[in-house]
Amino acid sequence: MLQAVCIKQVADTETRVKVAPDGKTLDPAGVTWIQNPYDEFALEQALRIREKLGAGEVVVLSVGGSGVQSTLRNALAMGADRAIHLKTDVVAPDSLAVARVLAAELEPMSAGLVWFGKQAVDDDAAQVGPMVAELLRLPCVTVVAEMELEGERAKVEREIEGGREAYEVRLPAVLAAEKGLNEPRYASLKGIMAAKKKPIEEKSVTLGEPNLERVSLSLPPPRGSGRIVGQGLEGVEVLVRVLREEAKLI
Amino acid sequence: MSLLVFVEQRDGKVRAVSREALGEASRLAATLGGPVVGVCCAPADPGLAALGSAGADEILLAAHADFALYRPGGYARAVAAAAEVVKPRAILFAASSMGRDLAPRVAARLGVGLAADCTAVDVDGGKLLATRPVYAGKAVERVAFPRTPAMLSLRPKVFTAIAGDGRAPAAVKPLAVEHDPASEGARVEKVVATAAGKADLTEAEIIVSGGRGLRGPENFKMIEELAEALGATVGASRAVVDAGWRPHADQVGQTGKTVSPKLYVAIAISGAIQHLAGMSSSRCIVAINKDADAPIFKIADYGLVGDAFEVVPALTEAVRRLNAHV
Repeated sequence: MLQAVCIKQVADTETRVKVAPDGKTLDPAGVTWIQNPYDEFALEQALRIREKLGAGEVVVLSVGGSGVQSTLRNALAMGADRAIHLKTDVVAPDSLAVARVLAAELEPMSAGLVWFGKQAVDDDAAQVGPMVAELLRLPCVTVVAEMELEGERAKVEREIEGGREAYEVRLPAVLAAEKGLNEPRYASLKGIMAAKKKPIEEKSVTLGEPNLERVSLSLPPPRGSGRIVGQGLEGVEVLVRVLREEAKLI
Repeated sequence: MSLLVFVEQRDGKVRAVSREALGEASRLAATLGGPVVGVCCAPADPGLAALGSAGADEILLAAHADFALYRPGGYARAVAAAAEVVKPRAILFAASSMGRDLAPRVAARLGVGLAADCTAVDVDGGKLLATRPVYAGKAVERVAFPRTPAMLSLRPKVFTAIAGDGRAPAAVKPLAVEHDPASEGARVEKVVATAAGKADLTEAEIIVSGGRGLRGPENFKMIEELAEALGATVGASRAVVDAGWRPHADQVGQTGKTVSPKLYVAIAISGAIQHLAGMSSSRCIVAINKDADAPIFKIADYGLVGDAFEVVPALTEAVRRLNAHV
């Protein structure tokens, strides 16, 4: 079975966000770029399935500028077989445009499973996966916390408020991984060496007319400075009093 | 032009987050004009006429025996069908588990953009603009909608529902549904409750979170006791979840949940930037930490410097005493 894993390169979660002079984009100075953390769970699950079946291929795809090649290379080092870089310099925060580019590439691949992370930790949109599924008319489960493949079907659990939805899924399907689905492996030295020889196919793509336009990017207003109400046990009394009388919350 | 709101029901009850979405739609309609129309997928009418008081003028009911549980394909077709009928200027969802799964499917069907998990919506020169946090709240973006309908999902607990006594009941009309249960390629078989009776972190009024300073999973008992006394939901830092002390569903922060409760109590959490991102939109933040220099104190409204093992049980007792007096 062919499995496709769609990954995104994002700013590290430890990044202190600064806005570029255009007032619309992230200032890239000093930013460390990583594979979107949720995508690692997706890739890991695909690799485990390939290992369990003892056959098949895992292809990673990413849409973005030339910078994303390092992330694709890392995915190859983790164990993916080959990579497709859908190259575009215009990276608009437009999930539908990205979903269309991916869907066009995925359609002829006829993957049994198409994987995504549940959301990217930059735009937090959580849309590209279900949009691709809809464009390809494939079944889809998002926020996948558990997944067991049973032939042409899968048992999948999706995290919801206060519980889980248990799904029965027919393949081919699109799944978007939640943290905790598995414990992603680190790339081994052998994997890193092997990745250097694996192919990254580069294809130029164009995102269509915008469906969503960012007008501005700004930092949230700073929180008003708070105060230390006290120390130790004596502070407990004060804290309870301010929460009751000042904040009126308890 | 009208506004369309997806009305979410589980177990035959309309969820509070949908009242919030109706409330916001009603406020927008006051500026934009036009009626507020809801669309609800359900096996039978869950009392939709009563949503008149929440701001709905009309509700389209897509009734099907199979719609007792969430049906991604069937629901998406129903909402898209409602959009065909209503031709709305905007479609609003709650950014709940269901809304965040369903809205992108409808957007792809309609070929329009979707602003997910919005925290504000405004009208500027007749154009809708949505404000939404990105990087888990480290920044906010404003987005415009070049296509119609605009699609938005609204973060729970941010928008307020209308308590509109005296408003007319909503007119409930049937919406023809095209749904074949066998065509549902991803089918919900059942819903398993993991935290019965507790509000989800994303919908909780009060959250008490614990961090690595608690030294071990067994010490979350005192966090749970304080949460119990406050009527709160328990959260956790990434360090605690990565150590396996708490399930991932409890994690607050950039690779966990982004929360906006009225009161967030951070206990023995130093305040890593990815954690702060996930909770800094809380209305009031209380930090308890023995390190007076911990970064969490920089964003806390009220700080208490002290050893959690000493002050948390005392705080729980004090809250219990207050509860007993009320």
